[in-house]
Amino acid sequence: MPLTSSDVKRIAHLARIEITEAETEHTLGQLNGIFKLIEQLQSVDTTGIEPMSHPLGGGQRLREDVAIDHPDRDAIMKNAPASQDGLFLVPRVIE
Amino acid sequence: MNWEVVIGLETHAQLSTQSKIFSGASTAFGAAPNTQASVIDVALPGSLPVLNKGAVERAIRFGLAIGATINRRSIFARKNYFYPDLPKGYQISQFEIPVVQGGKIAIVSPTRGEIAIQLTRAHLEEDAGKSLHEDFHGMSGIDLNRAGTPLLEIVSEPEMSSADEAVAYAKALHSLVRWIDICDGNMQEGSFRCDANVSVRRPGAPLGTRREIKNLNSFRFLQQAIEYEIKWQIETLEDGGKIQQATVLFDPDSGQTRVMRLKEDAHDYRYFPDPDLLPLELSDEWLEEVQAHMPLLQEEVSGKFMNEYDLTPYQARTLTSSRELAEYFESAARDSDSKVAQLCANWISGNLSAQLNEEDLDISQSRISAVQLRGLAERIADGTISGKMAKEVFDVMWAGEGSADEIIERKGLKQISDAGAIGKIVDTVIAANAQQVADYKAGKEKAFNSLVGQVMKASQGKANPGQVNEILKKKLG
Amino acid sequence: MFEKSVADLGRALAAKQVSAVELAKLYLERIERHKQLNAFLDVRPDVTLAQARDADARIARGDATPLTGVPVAHKDIFVTRDFASTASSRMLKGYMSPFDATVVEKLGLAGMVTLGKLNCDEFAMGSSNENSYYGNVLNPWDKTAVPGGSSGGSAAAVAARIAPAATATDTGGSIREPAAFSGITGIKPTYGRASRWGMIAFASSLDQAGIMTASAEDAALIFNGMLGFDPKDSTSVDRAGEDYTRSLNHSVKGLRIGVPKEFFGEGLQPDVEKAVREALAEYVRQGAVLVDISLPNAALGIPVYYVIAPAECSSNLSRFDGVRYGHRAAHYGDLDDMIKKSRAEGFGPEPRRRILIGAYVLSHGYYDAYYIQAQKVRRIIADEFQQAFRQCDIIAGPVTTSVAFGFGEKAADPVAMYLSDLYTIPGSLAGIPGMSIPCGFGAKNRPVGLQLMSNYFEEAKLLGVAHQYQQATDWHMRLPPGAKS
Repeated sequence: MPLTSSDVKRIAHLARIEITEAETEHTLGQLNGIFKLIEQLQSVDTTGIEPMSHPLGGGQRLREDVAIDHPDRDAIMKNAPASQDGLFLVPRVIE
Repeated sequence: MNWEVVIGLETHAQLSTQSKIFSGASTAFGAAPNTQASVIDVALPGSLPVLNKGAVERAIRFGLAIGATINRRSIFARKNYFYPDLPKGYQISQFEIPVVQGGKIAIVSPTRGEIAIQLTRAHLEEDAGKSLHEDFHGMSGIDLNRAGTPLLEIVSEPEMSSADEAVAYAKALHSLVRWIDICDGNMQEGSFRCDANVSVRRPGAPLGTRREIKNLNSFRFLQQAIEYEIKWQIETLEDGGKIQQATVLFDPDSGQTRVMRLKEDAHDYRYFPDPDLLPLELSDEWLEEVQAHMPLLQEEVSGKFMNEYDLTPYQARTLTSSRELAEYFESAARDSDSKVAQLCANWISGNLSAQLNEEDLDISQSRISAVQLRGLAERIADGTISGKMAKEVFDVMWAGEGSADEIIERKGLKQISDAGAIGKIVDTVIAANAQQVADYKAGKEKAFNSLVGQVMKASQGKANPGQVNEILKKKLG
Repeated sequence: MFEKSVADLGRALAAKQVSAVELAKLYLERIERHKQLNAFLDVRPDVTLAQARDADARIARGDATPLTGVPVAHKDIFVTRDFASTASSRMLKGYMSPFDATVVEKLGLAGMVTLGKLNCDEFAMGSSNENSYYGNVLNPWDKTAVPGGSSGGSAAAVAARIAPAATATDTGGSIREPAAFSGITGIKPTYGRASRWGMIAFASSLDQAGIMTASAEDAALIFNGMLGFDPKDSTSVDRAGEDYTRSLNHSVKGLRIGVPKEFFGEGLQPDVEKAVREALAEYVRQGAVLVDISLPNAALGIPVYYVIAPAECSSNLSRFDGVRYGHRAAHYGDLDDMIKKSRAEGFGPEPRRRILIGAYVLSHGYYDAYYIQAQKVRRIIADEFQQAFRQCDIIAGPVTTSVAFGFGEKAADPVAMYLSDLYTIPGSLAGIPGMSIPCGFGAKNRPVGLQLMSNYFEEAKLLGVAHQYQQATDWHMRLPPGAKS
């Protein structure tokens, strides 16, 4: 089931990647090539097979509830594109 | 024609852990911006989550308390969306398989009496950070201290039919999460907040289109927002309009709700199991261990109070409004007779509560200990002091001046209950007030009260008023 | 000295025949001399020499490990405090991490000296290293050929001996394929053996760190310092530490080597097949037994991989929004526009493409058909390996269908490029250990790799099997002509 350019625009918006008209068409061609490959999966009978999320089984390991991490704000914020008074700055957030 | 209201609540309870759900940073409220945001909370490249046992344990406690199914295997998923206060670009939450499923909360509805509200589920997830809108040259500031704070999202079935019921449910839930010690319940700090799904329909008709009111952080706002929303939806429909599915915000200043986004712009969250986390598996041993450490629940304690101390259902409910209060009462009333227990109950819900309210303290900060209060009740019960004197003792005790016995002794407040001593005072008063005695004998009841007053005055208020009445009457013939 | 193995360098250091500082200087000079390869993205001699001095002090104190003072370079997917960590992306240009990846930290604790950070495909996405924002890496054997990817810088650095060892990561073949193309030894361990803490995530359920060296013996030595349980990574396997060198000298006599018929089908180039068959014949000479096995659905590994890896990457790369770190567009309208432009500018074409595929397969209405179905087929493929390991001890075959291709040959066609990982993806999906060792030369004198795979947690056996081959052959000792000085 080939994608359309409106699919490409929709997923580009979902993924928050700006895409021009020209790029949309080019990307559409490439994605359809890849999806042709992916479509091979549809013919596989997977009845009764458990999806595999992890290579190894087992359960989640838990951490004791202790506040042992004392973050160094300067180190953590040193790569910020814009900051002030210990805050990351972004274009105005409208709620 | 009537309208039927259908309300379901989604409540976010911040779990009272020391550290965050996936990082070792502190969850303490009020720190300087971004000083409690670890490399994991800021989602620096290469950081990975590790689940906090304390958060899981609190979810289990909740499940046990509401009689829910606790899934032995639950899955953490990623809910993908972009927002500047969501550092990873996804929220780790539970989607298809939550840790807690089902269960119920008992409430008292003003119209339907005692009912149970069924819960759909409760799942673990992480909180987001905060956007601060003060003006930074037209920019917003992002503080990620709250990011990664553990939340239990508790989802009810749409079973409430009025704002009153929704508030009763929210209050019951609020009191429960504090009772089992999984959430501090501080609504001002956002530790307990509700989203309300509201729709209306004609009786018997299929469910109407719902609108979701987001982020209500007080019971009053919950009440007002739902009432406004119901009124607005009914008016819209009666005017021939249609309700569009939407997410709305409540503005406390105008008392109105306004649309934040319509369903058409609803997010496509692209949930999938988080590959950084394995399935959460709970062993029978752990569940048993958590169960063994569960406190008696509110209804259980309230029933016990009625049985053991002969409290009325109302008294019992009042004294179990929080675990601290119930524990205070229990340590005051333990092993005492029913008279002392009753007095303790009355003094706690009366004078003590009033005093705490006045000074904005909670029971754990009371200046009068349970043992002190019991001492006071005992002296009232055995007639050592009158009710009026007790109030004085209470005030002095509040001021930190010792036990009831010490205060009574020091202030000479002991009641005179010796008939001989009272008789002597009565004789003196009769001798000195011939006119009033005559008036009384002539049938003037008022004169008797005046004589009682004279006796009390002469005894400096210490004479047992009951005895004064009795002896005076006898002596006047 | 630069022709020596890691094991020999360790011995020379311990015997004080050379100091860590001398060694560091030697390699820094070689890095400079072979700059044209574009293998390194960040080199800081002051940092390297300070670490070397520490190593010398440690050797002098007598508390050295066999790795103390031996230089190593890290793929730029591992975050480091002392070097920029870019994932070869414009998105992270100049990014300085406040912490070290566990792998980096562990090798540092063992005393290895960091030479710098190595070029790779952007966010480890690619099979030719043509997807780096910082330019192509050249194959030291033939500078018109790609070194393979995504760990192209690691492979080229070891091939040219400008680093005796280099860390690398493998998601669908990113260690084995470049090792094969560049004529060196590369191994990925069982998923969960190497901590992922500090590895910039591409596809979390597949990403696994490994090592590139000249020989299997060197890889085993480094694994001793590099692998192990890490409580900071929830998918890290909690098992006792082990000595990965313990089976190096085990004979392969009686070893059952499974040869999957699907790895010798259509598409395999004759030059590669010839070299691989000769390598298998060498094992037979040493007493191993070849067993015909089948991995019937191995070919479906590619479509499975191109659903699962993009799905995970689309989510893993969402954190790059220009808010807290990373590229922020210079010109934008509102917040949403800032994020969209920053991501469009910061990511190259391949990450953008994979993010879009991932967003699509996870989106409403397609999730079951694509993502769940892919996870189910992933299990079928993993189960087929378990079937196979009932008949054999080790699986062997080619790493790639052809020797290294030329620059630009596949760059325009993503599907053709994706097919280069046909033989490596199935093992990645299963999460089993896999390695590539040099086994000769094919067309245009470009290297050929032999792929060896073992069952979970059998790295020591795998390394032993590889070592036995390398005891009888010298492919792994050969140097590209340009690297001899």
